[in-house]
Parts: sequence; C-alpha cells; structure tokens
Amino acid sequence: MKVINAVLCPGCGSLCDDNEVYVEDNKIVKVRTDCAISTSKFLNFNKDRNTTPLIRVDGELKPTTLEAAIERVARILVEAEYPLIYGWSLTSCEAQKKGVELAEEVGGVIDNTTTVCHGPSILGVQDFGEPTCSLGEVRARADLIIYWGCNPSSAHTRHMKRYSSLSKGRFRLPEQRKVVVVDVRKTPTARNANLFIQVKPNQDYELMAALKMMLQNEEIEEQEVAGVPVEQIEELAELMRSCEFGVLFFGLGLTMSEGKERNIDGAITLVRELNRWTKFAIMPMRGHYNVTGANKVFTWQTGYPYAVDFSRGYPRYEPGDTTAVDVLSRGYNDATLVVASDPVANLPKDAVKHLCSKPLAVIDPHISLTAFMADVVIPCAFVGIEEGGTAYRMDGVGMILKKVVEPPEGILPDTQILDLILKRVRELKGGR
Amino acid sequence: MVRFTLLTGRSLVQGVGKEAGKFSDKYIQEVSTCQMDPEDLKMLNIKPGDCVRLTTEYGSVVLKVSSSALVHRGSVFIPYGPYANLLIGTKTGGTGMPSFKGIPVEVEPAPGESVPELKELLVKMYGRK
Repeated sequence: MKVINAVLCPGCGSLCDDNEVYVEDNKIVKVRTDCAISTSKFLNFNKDRNTTPLIRVDGELKPTTLEAAIERVARILVEAEYPLIYGWSLTSCEAQKKGVELAEEVGGVIDNTTTVCHGPSILGVQDFGEPTCSLGEVRARADLIIYWGCNPSSAHTRHMKRYSSLSKGRFRLPEQRKVVVVDVRKTPTARNANLFIQVKPNQDYELMAALKMMLQNEEIEEQEVAGVPVEQIEELAELMRSCEFGVLFFGLGLTMSEGKERNIDGAITLVRELNRWTKFAIMPMRGHYNVTGANKVFTWQTGYPYAVDFSRGYPRYEPGDTTAVDVLSRGYNDATLVVASDPVANLPKDAVKHLCSKPLAVIDPHISLTAFMADVVIPCAFVGIEEGGTAYRMDGVGMILKKVVEPPEGILPDTQILDLILKRVRELKGGR
Repeated sequence: MVRFTLLTGRSLVQGVGKEAGKFSDKYIQEVSTCQMDPEDLKMLNIKPGDCVRLTTEYGSVVLKVSSSALVHRGSVFIPYGPYANLLIGTKTGGTGMPSFKGIPVEVEPAPGESVPELKELLVKMYGRK
C-alpha cells in the first residue's frame, strides 16, 4: 500500500493540503482527514462513473467513440451563433485557460459558477476594494472571527479547525478567540459561537448600517433593527471595536438575499470603518475548490473575472446581461458546453429549461444531472485525484493539486479533451 | 395555505451526498426534503415525513417535510438542488444572481401526493425532444 502525504482536497475553497491518501492497486482504500465531505469525495469519486463517451440518438444517450463525440461538440460550437461555455469551478486553472481560448475562438460567452455564488461579492469588491489577508494570518493572529451568512460546519467543515476559531495559531490559541455568527438560522456553526445574532431574512444591509452608526457613536432611535435588539447590536459593535485583529467571513447569505452586491458593499464599508479602530479584514467563503482560480484565470486572460462575452471579437463584461442565468433565461444562447459543473442541479428552473432546449455538451467525470440531459457527454479524468494542476484557495493563494491514482483506461484529462475540441473547431472554421 | 419565507442553502448531508453521486439515494432524499420548525408543523397539522406542497411566484413542488430546531418559525429550508430550483426565479436585478434565499413561499399539506422521482421530474420538466 502506498501512502501519499500532503494531498490537496478538491472539495471546497478551503483547499486543505494535509490529507493522507492510501492507495492500493490504483484504488484509494483509505483517506485520513476529519472532513466528511472530503472523505466522501476521495472514497466515492469512482462511483456512478461514466467511462464511455455518449451521444443522444432518438432521445437516448448511446455509447460512441471519443472522436465522434469530439466532432459533435466541435460542430455544436461552430454552428452556434452565440454558444455559452459554462462551469469551470471543479477543474484546474490549466483547463480554465483552455476554456477561455475556446470561447474566444467560437465568439461565445464564457461564465463560471461565481455567477451564482460570489458574483455579487466580486461586484462589491469592484465598487469598494477588499481589505483582506491570507488564511495564514487569520490562523496566526485573529482574535475575533465573524461568520456572516455562512455555515462552515456544513459547507467548509475544517475551516474553523485549520484556519480560524479552533486553530492553534502562532500567536493565538482557540481560547483566545471569540466567534460571532450572524445568520437567519441557528446553524450548526451558530450553536458553537460565543454570540449568535439572528437577523431577519433580507435585512442584513440594515443590520450593517446600524453597526456602522454604533461605531460612529450615533444614536439609534429604535428598539430593534432587522429583528435584532439594539443592545445586542451594541454588544457586537463593542466586540468588533475592541478586538486586536478581526475577520469577517461572509457567505451566500449575503450574496443570494435581497440587496445582493449592496450587502457586500455594506460589509466592506463596515470593515473599512472598523479599520479606523483596529485591524479588520474581510473574506468570502468560496464554495467550489477552484472557483477562485476561475476568477484569477479569466481575469489574467481577459481582464474580467466571470461573465465574459467574446461575440464582438473582444472581451466584454456586463453582469446582468452576460451572466449565465441572464443569458439562459432570456434565451440568448443557442448552444451550451458545460465543463466541471452541474447547472441542471444548480440553476433556477427557467434557466435550465432553455439550457435543455438547445444543443448541450458536457465534459464531466460523472453522469451529473446535466450530463443526464445532454446531447453529448465526454467523460474526463477527475482533477485533483487522477490529474494534477493548479488551484487557488479562497484567500487567493495558489496551490498544486496532486495526481494520486491513474484514470480509467482511455479517459483523458479535460485539458486534453479541450485541446482536441479546439483543434477540430479551428479546422471546421478554416474549412468554411 | 400559510405563507413562509423560503431559504435554500448547503447542508452537510447534501454536501456528502453529492459526492456519493447526484442520483444516490442519500443526495435525492436530502434535496427533496424541506425542513421546518416543529411548531410550524403543528400549526399546519402535519408531521415529519408527510408531504407538503410549496408554491412560490415561480413554481410549485411537492416535498417531504422534516422537523428541525435549526429553522425558525416562519421559515422553510430546502438544501440546494433540482427540487429547490423549481421554486426559484431568474430575475437577477442586473447582478447575474437570482434570489435563492428570502423568497415568499406558500406551504400546504399535500395528502395523497408524492415527491416526484428525480429522473422522471427532469424528463418531464426539461425533457429533450
């Protein structure tokens, strides 16, 4: 049995890099980690696996050759006026780069899953900047951790132990830190917090405005704001003002609720105000393991982090117009290629209806819900387990994914599949 | 029929279940069950395991209900997934992001109805010609 150390987990944006994977006969037999999601990923990635390219014939997905599947995808993209190329958060930066090249070649629009997770966070950062830090700094120094609209106990299960409230940092021990949770539900994270503040749904912005008033010593003439008694807001403002180094981690509770990027504006300006009193940083809790990498790659390739339109021959970025949900729900695109994502499981009904009404190609290691509905499916190696590459942690630190087992015979990494599609697209375009 | 606030989000079981496969029983059971406060269940005269019909401005679906002390009175929580998405609209207000949380939803007991099977639901809703 081979033991591979320091394996990055291709799970969430925490990108924990201290996992031990035990391999026997090219199979993962055990993984040493204390994260349920990570364990499930390493031990189950090979279940429900598709190892054959599929093409829909007479309403049914039927096995085909890789060459025929590549041909079909290339033709779908070349024949479309305005294809959408979507996904990218569950693969390497190397594959994301190929995706951008392909979108430019076919004059389509490329978007990553940021669009339905922290898209509003990016808009907020573009408005106000981002007073942030690395997770290492949080671990070493933070004495006040605020989780606002996020639930790491369920979504980033080792975040608290490795980087924040429960971590043993160089200058801070868990007992020297305080944890505050602001949420609409008493989540598992909230149950272990020093202070839980239950805000009414869709009223986070009001609560942040009240906190800023408190910090500016202005009087609030109400008994409660956003369902929170004024005394509790005072208590939180005092905790924030008097800490030595505070961090506000925020999640989709802010980006998916009423206010969207205005909630992020509110959070960033709150942190800016706090920096008049003490040191304070802010960080989004990024979900998929390399969604941050997708933003990095898109930005260095095109100048924009997501929702990039190439239909005019140059990159254009117009959230609300070139974002995937808007493109799909308004019926702009006439074909879609999905890579490393499952929009049928994650986008609203009317966006999925349009997605499935036009030619749909999928590159994915599994039969996802989107693959189940596709016209053509190309299986690929599982990035982070069967293929290496680069990924970015939620704090923007680049890290190296390891290959720990070989993919099934004949299964290529998505970078190679995208290369083959790109080559065939160029041949078809040249022949026009 | 009573009006609640719909919250969708990640749950640990949904996160673990999706790694076991989107067609695994664990994933499907989790994403097709809504969670409500025990007092709200009493008010609606339903018990855990019963079916309820949820209806928003954008759509309607029948789900199983479970009792959860984590969800407060007046709210309904559904883990992210293909069932919750039937209740979500596509208006993004110029941000690209639909509202997945904080949506008005009406809940009513649905005796005699059942949760649609996932593959049948996908084909019925989005079926390819």
